[in-house]
Amino acid sequence: MSDIAAARIEALLRTAFPDAGELQVIDRTGGGDHFQVIVTSAGFDGLPLVQQHRLVNAALAAPLADGTIHELRIKTRGTA
Amino acid sequence: MSELSDRIQSVIDTESVVVFMKGTPDFIACGNSGRALQALHALGAPITAVDVLPDPRIRQELVAISGWPTIPQVFVRGELIGGADITEELHASGELEQKLRASLGDDYVSDAAPRTVTVLG
Repeated sequence: MSDIAAARIEALLRTAFPDAGELQVIDRTGGGDHFQVIVTSAGFDGLPLVQQHRLVNAALAAPLADGTIHELRIKTRGTA
Repeated sequence: MSELSDRIQSVIDTESVVVFMKGTPDFIACGNSGRALQALHALGAPITAVDVLPDPRIRQELVAISGWPTIPQVFVRGELIGGADITEELHASGELEQKLRASLGDDYVSDAAPRTVTVLG
């Protein structure tokens, strides 16, 4: 199950950040609901961290809302 | 707006530094809430904590206000700073201290233990 959730999260992030150079989805506990995502995208350039994370949260709104993601850690980087 | 929503907004608006968390500073119920608290505590921030666990509506109303889906949520002078990751990252870079100084004044450091308030009636 955990691989399915991770694949869904990665697909949503790929759609939201098609230019992403680095895009990792890590199942932190192996339980399929505690995830760390790492995204590097030009879309973050010049934005404060809170806005960068808002973009990630928006991309993952569905799995956050339906409980697929119980815990989400986010690391974003711009390219500038 | 519900009364609960009004009370949450009031805490955000009136308290210097607010952490909406799972549990309380004495009984932290989630590692991420602990991470956010620790970063703020390390800088001597005057922390007001709100436990979201007593009633699921607290989290629902908070998320509706902030547009931020996860807990914890840290506010300084009414502005959403972010969750645990951002709070830690800004602490590591020195920007969190800059933010506290800019928002609260250079003499913001408090020795007081974190205060816990309720938003339930």
